[in-house]
Amino acid sequence: MRPFEYVSPTNKEQVAILLGERGSILAGGTDLLALMKDDVVAPERLVNIKHIDSLRGISYQPGNGLRIGALTTIAEFAEDANVRRYYPVLADAANEVASPQIRNLATIGGNMCQRPRCWYFRNGMGLMAKTADGKSMVLAGDNRYAAILGNAGPAYFVSPSTLAPVLIALGAKIRLYSAKAAGSGVRELPLEKSFVIPKSENELEHDLKPGEMVIEIVVPPPSQDLKAASYEVRQRAAFDWPLAQASVALEMDGSAVKSARVVLGHVAPIPWISPEAAQALVGKSISPDTAMAAANAAVAQAKPLSHNKYKITLAKAAVKRAILSAAGQSAGGAA
Amino acid sequence: MSEYKWPDPATRPLLGKRISRVDGPVKASGRAKYTYDYNPNGLLAGKILRCPHAHARIVSIDSSAAEKMAGVKAVKVLQPPGTEIFWAGDEVVGVAAVDESTAEDAIRAINVQYEVLPHFVSDAEPPTNIGANNGPISRDDFEDMEDNQVPDEQVIASIKANGISFKPDDKYLKDAQASGVDPKVVAALRAAKYAEAKTSRSPYKKTAVQKQGDPDKAFTSAAAVSEGLYGASCITHCCLETHGMASEWPSDKDLVVHVSTQNLSGIAPQVSEPLGIPAGNIQVLQQYIGGGFGSKFSPDRWGIATAQLSKAAGGKPVKIMLERDSEQKVAGMRPSGFARVKIAADKDGKLVAWESRSWGTGGVGGGGTPPLPYIFEIPNQRKQHIAISTNQGSARAWRAPNHPQAAVITMTAIEDLATKMNMDPVDFITGNLELTGPREKIYRDELPIAAELMDWKKIWHSRGDKSPGPIKRGLGLSLHTWGGRGHNSDCDLTIHPDGSVEIKMATQDLGTGCRTIIMIVAADTLGIPLDNIKLLIGDSRYPVSGASGGSTTSGGVTSSTRRAAVDARDQLFAKVAPALKAQPEELEAVNAAVRVKSDPSRSLRWKEACAKIGAMPMTIRGKNPDKSKPPDLTNSGVGGVQMADVSVDTETGIVRVNKMVAVQDCGLVVDVKTAESQVLGALIMGISYALYEEKILDPVSGRMLNPNMEFYRLAGIADIGEMKVHMMTGKGYDERGVIGLAEPPVVSPGAAISNAVANAIGVRVPFLPLTPARVLEALENGGTHAAV
Repeated sequence: MRPFEYVSPTNKEQVAILLGERGSILAGGTDLLALMKDDVVAPERLVNIKHIDSLRGISYQPGNGLRIGALTTIAEFAEDANVRRYYPVLADAANEVASPQIRNLATIGGNMCQRPRCWYFRNGMGLMAKTADGKSMVLAGDNRYAAILGNAGPAYFVSPSTLAPVLIALGAKIRLYSAKAAGSGVRELPLEKSFVIPKSENELEHDLKPGEMVIEIVVPPPSQDLKAASYEVRQRAAFDWPLAQASVALEMDGSAVKSARVVLGHVAPIPWISPEAAQALVGKSISPDTAMAAANAAVAQAKPLSHNKYKITLAKAAVKRAILSAAGQSAGGAA
Repeated sequence: MSEYKWPDPATRPLLGKRISRVDGPVKASGRAKYTYDYNPNGLLAGKILRCPHAHARIVSIDSSAAEKMAGVKAVKVLQPPGTEIFWAGDEVVGVAAVDESTAEDAIRAINVQYEVLPHFVSDAEPPTNIGANNGPISRDDFEDMEDNQVPDEQVIASIKANGISFKPDDKYLKDAQASGVDPKVVAALRAAKYAEAKTSRSPYKKTAVQKQGDPDKAFTSAAAVSEGLYGASCITHCCLETHGMASEWPSDKDLVVHVSTQNLSGIAPQVSEPLGIPAGNIQVLQQYIGGGFGSKFSPDRWGIATAQLSKAAGGKPVKIMLERDSEQKVAGMRPSGFARVKIAADKDGKLVAWESRSWGTGGVGGGGTPPLPYIFEIPNQRKQHIAISTNQGSARAWRAPNHPQAAVITMTAIEDLATKMNMDPVDFITGNLELTGPREKIYRDELPIAAELMDWKKIWHSRGDKSPGPIKRGLGLSLHTWGGRGHNSDCDLTIHPDGSVEIKMATQDLGTGCRTIIMIVAADTLGIPLDNIKLLIGDSRYPVSGASGGSTTSGGVTSSTRRAAVDARDQLFAKVAPALKAQPEELEAVNAAVRVKSDPSRSLRWKEACAKIGAMPMTIRGKNPDKSKPPDLTNSGVGGVQMADVSVDTETGIVRVNKMVAVQDCGLVVDVKTAESQVLGALIMGISYALYEEKILDPVSGRMLNPNMEFYRLAGIADIGEMKVHMMTGKGYDERGVIGLAEPPVVSPGAAISNAVANAIGVRVPFLPLTPARVLEALENGGTHAAV
C-alpha cells in the first residue's frame, strides 16, 4: 500500500474541501482498502466519514417511506425492523450480501459506490484494459463474467451491487451532497441515474461530481398492491457474486399487473432496467408463461461476448424466477 | 524375542479407537504458532519483485534507488539479467526492510527492463497434425516419430523435405541403428541437409503410443462401444497458510529457519547447497502448518532468499510469506488432464478395449501422465499422452498426483458405457472387479456398504431424471487406489526414571493427526495414558523422518514408534522383572502398570517400575523400515469407493451436492476419528475441484486472472451437503498394517460428482469444474463439445 494522508472530519461540510483533487472517501473500507492494497487505486488522502453522525440511521415514516443513512451497515440494514416489515425483499437481499464479516463493516453508501469486480481491473490492467495495440483485453481475453447488455464498449464490466437493482426496482432515490455545490448542496436523483456507463478510462461508473458524497437513500412507501422479489443466480451458496440477478416490483390491479419495474444486476456495467420486460407484464396476470415472456423480452437485446453466452440463459432464469416469486408462485429453482 | 507386530484387537487400549486429536484445543483456541506467526523482535520484512510477463528475458536490473532508501536493509538479485523467465510472477529481486510497507516501496523503486517474449498458456486439445512439421526436424521430432512408429518412408520423406536441425554424429547414428531404426532412415539422416531450428518451439510433447493386446479387433467384436471427452482443468493448492520462511544467523556459520513445510528433515540439505554452508549448521523449525497438499517440499527460491537477505542484513531475522496472489500464481498447481476416450465391453458387460488420446499441462515442464485406464486393467489398449508446455508456474504434487485426473477420465467413460448398455453402474463395475487386481476383494467389500449408505438401489434411476421441474437429481460413483507405504522414519523414545516418556522425531503434522497417532502407538504399547507422553516434533535436530508426501507419514511414524516403544518396554521389563520375581517375557504393561501376565496381583505402578531403570533415562531408537525387526508394520495399496448425490438446476446449470458417501480402506486404522476427519477434508476438497476450482490464465497477458479466493472459488459450509464416511476395519484390513490416507479419498469426488450430474441431467458435462457455463452448454448440445 502506498503512503496516504488520513483525515477524519465530524461534519459533512468539511468533506468536499478535504477530498480535494486526489482524495477518497473511507466508510466501511471493505472495497477501498482492498483496492489500495492491490495497488489498483492510490488516493493521496483518505477522508474518513465514519464520525459524521448525520450520515447514520434508518427511519421510516408511512407517508415518506424509508430513509437510509449512507453509513448504515449492511447488517444494520438487514436487521432493521421497518426494513423487514415494509420491504422484506430488501432485507432478504441484504442478508445475501458477501459474508457476515463484510456485512458488519460495509455500508449502504459504499455498496452503491463499490468498484467493479472485473478481473482485468482488479489485476491492475485498467477498467477498460487495452492490449498493446489498443484492443480491449476483455474482448480478446477471458470475458466469462463480463456484460451481456449495455456492452457496446469500451466498458464490459458488470455493476457489482446486489442491493442497487432491488432499490431501483422499488423506486429509490439517492441524495448526494457537496459543500461546494450551489444552494443546500444536496442533489437528489433517481438511484438509477447515479450509475453511468463510462466511455473512457478517466471516467467513473458513478455520476458523482468532484467533492460529492452519498448522504442517504430514500425508498418510497410500499403501496398495498406492491409485489416485489429478487433472485440471484450464484454458483456457490456460500459468499459469492451473482452470475446474474433480477429484481422486480409489480403494482397489481387485482390479479393483473398495473405497472412493473424489472431491474437486472451483474449483466451490464450499470444496474439494467428492462422496460421491455416490464411492458411484457403490464395487463397480464402472472403465470410461468407470462414470466417467461418477460424474461425473453429482458434479454432480447443481449449480445454475448466470446465466453459469456451462458449468462443470457442465467439472466432469463433470474427474471422469470423473480417475477414468479414476487407473485408468490413457485419458481421451481434453487437446487 | 520382541513382538513388534501390531497387537490383537483384544489388547489395544487406544489403537483403533476414536480419539480426538491431541493438538485440537491449541489450534481451536489460536494458541498454535504457525510460521506466519513467527514475529521475533527486530524481524525484517522480506518482499519479492516478481516478473509481470508470462515469458520474457531480463535485460537489466537497477536496484540502486531501493538500496539507498531509509529502512531498506538488504537487496538481493535472485535472477540476473539475461535470464529467461517462463511464467508471470517468477522471482526477480528480493528486498528486506524494517517493515512491509518500506519493503513494498523498495520493490517499486527497482527498475527492471524486460524483453517480452511470446507466451503460450492454452491447454485446449492439441491439433491432430502436431506430428507434421514444416520446419527442419529436431532431434526430439525425429525420436518422437520413431517412438510413434511413423512409417519409414514417411520419416525419410520428411527428412528430405525439411532437413534436420541437429547434427547426428557417427555414434548417434550407430546407436540409432542398433536400437532398431531402419538403415534407410539412418542413411537419410546421414545425407540430410542441416538447417537452423525454428525459433518457436512446439509446446506439444507426445509420448509414444502404448499398445497392449489387439485393440482394433477388440473394438470390432465388442457388443458396445462408447466414445467421450473427459477431463479436469488446472487448479492450485490454495494453502490457507501461504508458503513462507523466516531465516536468521545467530553466528555467521549457523542458520536457523522457521518454514512452512511438509519436509522438515529435508529442508536443510536443500538450503545448504545454495548458501554454501554445511547442512548440519542449519536448524529447521516448524510446529504447525496451514496446509501443504504436496506443494511444500522445497524451501523455494523465496525461502533461500530469506537466508541470503538475512545474511546481508547482519543475521537479523527476515521473513517472507507469500501474498495470496503469489501463492495462487507460483506456489502450486495441479496439472490439467483431458482425454478423448473410446471404451468397449462384450455382451456380458465385461470391459474389453480402451483407447485414449490424453493431454494436459503442468506448466513449462509439461506435466505428468495420468495412469489410464484407471484401476481397471483392460486387456486391449491403445493410448497416447500429449504434455503441453505452458507459461505458468510449474506443477507441484497435488494430493494423489495424476490420480484424480485419471479417475475423472476413466470412471466417467465407464459410467457412459454402462449407460449405453442400460446397466446400473454399480452392477457394471461389480462385474468388472476382477480387472482391479489385488484390490478386487476390497472393492467387493466396499461397494455394497457404500450403496447401502447412499440408499443407491432406491434412489438411483437410469440416465436422466424424468421428474418434472428444472431441478434434476442424480447419483454417481467412482473407485480409487493409492500406495501409501510408510516412509523412512527414526524415532527416539526416552523413558525417564520418574516415569515420564519423551518422543523425538523430526517429522511434521500437516493437520492430519500425525502427533495424535504417534502418541496413540506409544501409549498403547507402553500401557500408559496419552498425557503421560511428551511428544517433540518439528525440529531438524531430532531423529530424521521422511517428508509428508504420498500418504507415507502414518505408516512411517507409527512403525518407528512401535519398534522404539516395544524395545523400550522390553528393556524396562528386564529391569523390573527381578523386583516382580518373574522373567521379563512374563510381564505386560497395561493400565499404567507393569505386572505378571499370569498373576496381575504381582504388579508395579508405571512410575514405580520406571524407578528401576536407575539414575539415567534410557533412550531407544526405533526405525522404519527395519528388516532386523520383522514384521513390516506398514503396507501399500488401498481401495476406496465414493458415491455422490447431486441436484442440478437445468435452467441455471448450478450443481449442488446433496450427499457424499466415502468407504475407505487404509489397512489398520490407528485412530478412527482422525481417519474420518482426513476423509471428510478430502471430500470437501473434492467438491471444490469438482464444482468450482480453476486456475484461469488470460490468453492475452498470460497472467492468472483469478489469483484470489473470490473468483478462485472453494466450497463453503453451505456447499458441501451431508457427508458419510465409513472406514474399513477388522479382519482382512487390520492385519495389513498401517497405510497412509492423505491421497486416496481425494481421488474420487470429481468423477463421482461428474457421474451424478450426468445421471441427473441425462448428458455428460465433459470437464471439471462443472460450472454453469459448462453444464448449460452440455444441456444445449448433448454433451459432445467442451465449453471454456
